Amino acid sequence: MRIEAAGQPFDSVQGDADRTLRVTVTLNVNRVDRELKIEPRETLLDALRERLGLTGAKKGCDQGTCGACTVLVNGRAIDSCLTLAVMHAGDKIVTIEGIAQDGKLHPVQRAFIKHDGFQCGFCTPGQIVSAVALLNDGKNLHRDTIREAMSGNLCRCGCYPNIIDAVIEAAESP
Amino acid sequence: MNPFAYAKAASPSSALTEFSNERSARYIAGGTTILDLMKIAVEAPPLLIDINALPLASIEVTGDAIRIGALARLRDVAENEIVRSRLPFVAIALEQSASPQLRNMATIGGNLLQRTRCPYFRDIATPCNKRAPGSGCGALDGENRREAALGTSEHCIATHPSDLAVTLAALDATVHVTGLGGNREIALHDFYRVPGDTPQVETSLEPGELIVAVSLPLLSYGARSTYVKVRDRAQYDFALASAAVALDLDGSTIREARVALGGIATIPWRSPGAEGALRGAPATRASFERAAEAALVDARGRGGNDYKIPLAKRTLVRALEIAAV
Repeated sequence: MRIEAAGQPFDSVQGDADRTLRVTVTLNVNRVDRELKIEPRETLLDALRERLGLTGAKKGCDQGTCGACTVLVNGRAIDSCLTLAVMHAGDKIVTIEGIAQDGKLHPVQRAFIKHDGFQCGFCTPGQIVSAVALLNDGKNLHRDTIREAMSGNLCRCGCYPNIIDAVIEAAESP
Repeated sequence: MNPFAYAKAASPSSALTEFSNERSARYIAGGTTILDLMKIAVEAPPLLIDINALPLASIEVTGDAIRIGALARLRDVAENEIVRSRLPFVAIALEQSASPQLRNMATIGGNLLQRTRCPYFRDIATPCNKRAPGSGCGALDGENRREAALGTSEHCIATHPSDLAVTLAALDATVHVTGLGGNREIALHDFYRVPGDTPQVETSLEPGELIVAVSLPLLSYGARSTYVKVRDRAQYDFALASAAVALDLDGSTIREARVALGGIATIPWRSPGAEGALRGAPATRASFERAAEAALVDARGRGGNDYKIPLAKRTLVRALEIAAV
């Protein structure tokens, strides 16, 4: 597969999107195949938010520092701001919108509510996705290992103690 | 990001063919460095060659070494049982690298080629001899708290950011590469270049050469190894100082030692001076302190980073104390 570049930097093509070459890519997002026409330079985060309307994953820092954009790719948590959408044809992508199933909240989501694991909520989708990935790994968890495992998700409100309480409860729930 | 062309390579040879047609191209694997730098306009390649489909992610023991494919993710190497039991300092360095998300993305090959976090390198409005040769070095007399004190020159004092590479320097790992000129192996001590008067040249890779694997010698005393990393935060930060050590003990006497430092040097910094000071010495704090003096004897701070020199000494002493237990 090869996709050519458009000739102009972004600022000069605003309002003239047809000059930008796009490619058709099929992404499997939240268990549904979605066909997208995108540019190579679109990050997975931008494709999810701007093309698919899945605005749960947030653009915080856009440089892999804050973790607000965390999604699952093939079961592993990644920063969707530091990868290109075009690189993920065939991958199974799960965003925060796909964590609850059949109208039932995931145990991690229930635990975040119970333990007040958020304040402003901006980092929460990323926090929950990271916690789901952590629980899926099935490792033994205690406070220190959870702190390390959740260290890629920053919370400016400082809800860390409650977040860790929530992850511990979710890990212990049946 | 500026527009660019994208090509997904199916084999190393097709990746090289793409490169031969566009010599300003960059390879992309995990993407955690190249996309970061493209967003801030430090990199603007006309073509990205996606190498993720190449069959280069396996980890296998070959003779007395473990060969790690360039596309193995940091997490997979950190979780590998042979790495954990035979070369624990490699696993420790990886577990203390970046964040869980980035360890799921970043590859071993990319980790060796990650670029400095020097703020002048990352800000295209400032001078930087590494990014724009001849433009000067903003860090020499600027904000240099995180800059290097070993292996520096009057043109560049940027710190090498990798933790993994510090352990690979201690092991003198072998980097396997393929390129338009064929395959070759590069010893780690020949792989990295100190800045000198060409800070833009960071490795001995030829244009287009692709790392395919890294071989780590399964050092007979590798089980007695550790990595100590000191940073501003408890997790998810780059090293201010770090030490990778392995000790071969005969009772309480040191037969052999491997010592490398990170966070304080322009390249992953093996210290023959410290190793020589330890060889044949008793495994005591006094010996470790002599080794630390030897390791930092050539260190030169630039003001803001002066604190790193005593910090690196104490970091090395602590690593040796942990390994000797």
